[in-house]
Amino acid sequence: MNAVAVEGVWKYYGDFPALRDIQLQAQPGSCLALIGRNGAGKTTLLRIIAGFNRPGKGKILIFGKEPRETETRRNLGFIGHGISVYDELSALENLTLYAKLYGLANPRRAAMEWLEQTGLERVRDGLVREFSRGMRQRLAVARAFLHNPSVLLLDEPFTALDDRAIAVLQRLLREGLAKGKTVVMSTHQLREALELATHVALLNRGAVAFEGPCTPEMVADPGLVYARYGEG
Amino acid sequence: MDFARLVFVIAAKDLRAEIRTKEAINASAAFALVILLLFSFAFDLDPDTNREIASGLLWLVFAFAGTLLLNRSFARELPNDCLDALVAAPVPPSALFLGKALANYVLLLAIEMLSLVVFGIFYNVRWTAQFGELMVVLALGTWALTIMGTIFSALTVNIRLREVMLPVLIYPFLVPALMSAIQLTLELMAGRPIGRDKVAWLEMLLGFNVIYTAVSVVLAEHVLVG
Repeated sequence: MNAVAVEGVWKYYGDFPALRDIQLQAQPGSCLALIGRNGAGKTTLLRIIAGFNRPGKGKILIFGKEPRETETRRNLGFIGHGISVYDELSALENLTLYAKLYGLANPRRAAMEWLEQTGLERVRDGLVREFSRGMRQRLAVARAFLHNPSVLLLDEPFTALDDRAIAVLQRLLREGLAKGKTVVMSTHQLREALELATHVALLNRGAVAFEGPCTPEMVADPGLVYARYGEG
Repeated sequence: MDFARLVFVIAAKDLRAEIRTKEAINASAAFALVILLLFSFAFDLDPDTNREIASGLLWLVFAFAGTLLLNRSFARELPNDCLDALVAAPVPPSALFLGKALANYVLLLAIEMLSLVVFGIFYNVRWTAQFGELMVVLALGTWALTIMGTIFSALTVNIRLREVMLPVLIYPFLVPALMSAIQLTLELMAGRPIGRDKVAWLEMLLGFNVIYTAVSVVLAEHVLVG
């Protein structure tokens, strides 16, 4: 069974088709990198896969189930453009909150574990609004991984990350992929993404222009897919 | 049981965040107190007239101050895209909605109690004569304000002019609830218990709360997922 299946998805904003008949699949343990120019539809597609928006036509299946089903959401981790943590709560309070919302058995212990994993245990009681940008980003990574999701949806995960946060995220993604987790990420940072990706999909004006396995040539020359299948 | 736990987790999060920042409660309480003070200075009314206008004045102050508070309910989730994380979590949208409504309810009740004390001092109205019944009316009327304000706060969260849109949208819907609350409070401020002739207002307020709570809970998923 596919971990993520995108079946004939269309999305319109008014009369404008932001997504046109998208067909994509990701197997368990694979990493699908969605690449494309700004406005190609990567974020729209990821938000529909995550269940934040409904497709105009077509459907999304996560392990054969709709994204809005409670059980599906328990298995999804999402990192979007925002860090999705509260500035006025401490790091520990933020992670404990999400651990409770995901129904984890021991929310505080889970939160402490992930604060350690991301190197934030010393500032656990500090308010997020007092954190540096890098610390906030690592907390966002901890929030997304906290409930041990089977499918990770990452929208531009490496953008604006500092070196330490990139290293933490890459390590966690490698470990996750080794354990059979599925990753779907949209990105402009081709080098970092293609090092992890097993498959690549190029979106062009809301349609899939290329989809296939990530080859060593692509890793060696990250611009290759754009040069072959992109527009200009 | 799990549903109730999630409602309380969301409510506790909102209350904790609001107590730390005091953004909404300061603005709302200050607005309520300023309006009450200005009215008391603007009109030099005799005690009987004071009692007659008291309930209308109070409920309008509660409604206006309430929208300031309720506007922040979902807007609080916008910085850092926190609403995405809440919608992505395995939390029924109705639990998310009710948790937010519960936090708003507690905050609005606190502002109303403060306003009542100030009102009693500046308007020389003995509002404690029918204290128990007044608290029941206050509880029901406040829930009506809260439930409408919270669902419309969710609807308008992505609108740029949401501060303007929220009152414009909710006040027309609130007319039956405000009328009921005003009529019932008028009796109680005069020191009379709610009589048989006023029971219909109480039933209307109860019915309003039941209907709009049910509708809001059913619509929560559609409102939160675009």
